[in-house]
Amino acid sequence: MLAHSLFFYFFSTITVFSAVMVTVSRNTVYSVFFLILVFISVSILFIMIGAEFLGMIMLIVYVGAVAVLFLFVVMMLNVTEQITKRSIKKGLINNISVGSVVGIIIFLELLVAVGGWKYKSNFAPFSSSELDLSVSNTHALGNILYTDYIHLFQISGMILLVSMIGAITLTFKKKENVKRQNYFDQIKREKESAVSLVEVKSGEGVKIDE
Amino acid sequence: MNDIGLGHYLTLAAIIFTIGVVGVFLNRKNIIIILMSIELILLAVNINLVSFSIYLQDLVGQVFTMFILTVAAAEAAVGLAIIVVYYKNKGSIHVEQISSLKG
Repeated sequence: MLAHSLFFYFFSTITVFSAVMVTVSRNTVYSVFFLILVFISVSILFIMIGAEFLGMIMLIVYVGAVAVLFLFVVMMLNVTEQITKRSIKKGLINNISVGSVVGIIIFLELLVAVGGWKYKSNFAPFSSSELDLSVSNTHALGNILYTDYIHLFQISGMILLVSMIGAITLTFKKKENVKRQNYFDQIKREKESAVSLVEVKSGEGVKIDE
Repeated sequence: MNDIGLGHYLTLAAIIFTIGVVGVFLNRKNIIIILMSIELILLAVNINLVSFSIYLQDLVGQVFTMFILTVAAAEAAVGLAIIVVYYKNKGSIHVEQISSLKG
């Protein structure tokens, strides 16, 4: 148990420290790196308490996709030159007071909820999908994800599709002066608009495009 | 040292959640850090769900964590796309200059 405690305190300390650094870091690129550190240490915590599949998925989805997306956007947008010292100073005092009051209140509320919370003595878990220790975490998760929760799973796929289409449509830029193939115009064309018979007199040419 | 129980994980989640909320308020630099703070908040929710799932020996919490993960990824993608479009139009993503709505 001692090793478990040591590992928990080690990784949670790293998590909290990097979460603070995400918000206070001057350089946005450093913020993204600290965000990656937060995700890695939380995924190690997940693996430690027995949710291996989610820990690995966190690594793949957050570190591999989301954080890299953030990093690309930060690099593309040149945000480091956006900082103007005066406007930071101006709004900072007001924001610190409001933000710290809200933060302290939320934290105290959460602590009260965590500390004063207890199950009833006759509490029985509601769900029928209890942990089966004979199969691995991934296997058990797949067993209920693809049976009981298949509709939610499909809907989450639809959410990903919609967000993908939305992101592409938002950032898609139509180029001027570039001729593109328009399938609908091609298919719509009929013989009357495309072909015409012209009486050609001998010795004279034909004018097209009239 | 005490045994690590549910309370420790819930406290960790509470700390991360608070850091996320305060990060949204305190941030004056650019809006990308606000998006990252939102990711931190969602991460805290995930920690809560997973620790309760392990504590109650019930897998539903982990299934819902996967759905939250999906929604978080979708939200990050669309939010960053909006930021890119905004930067193209205005040339800046400084938080204080984004006040067209006069809120």
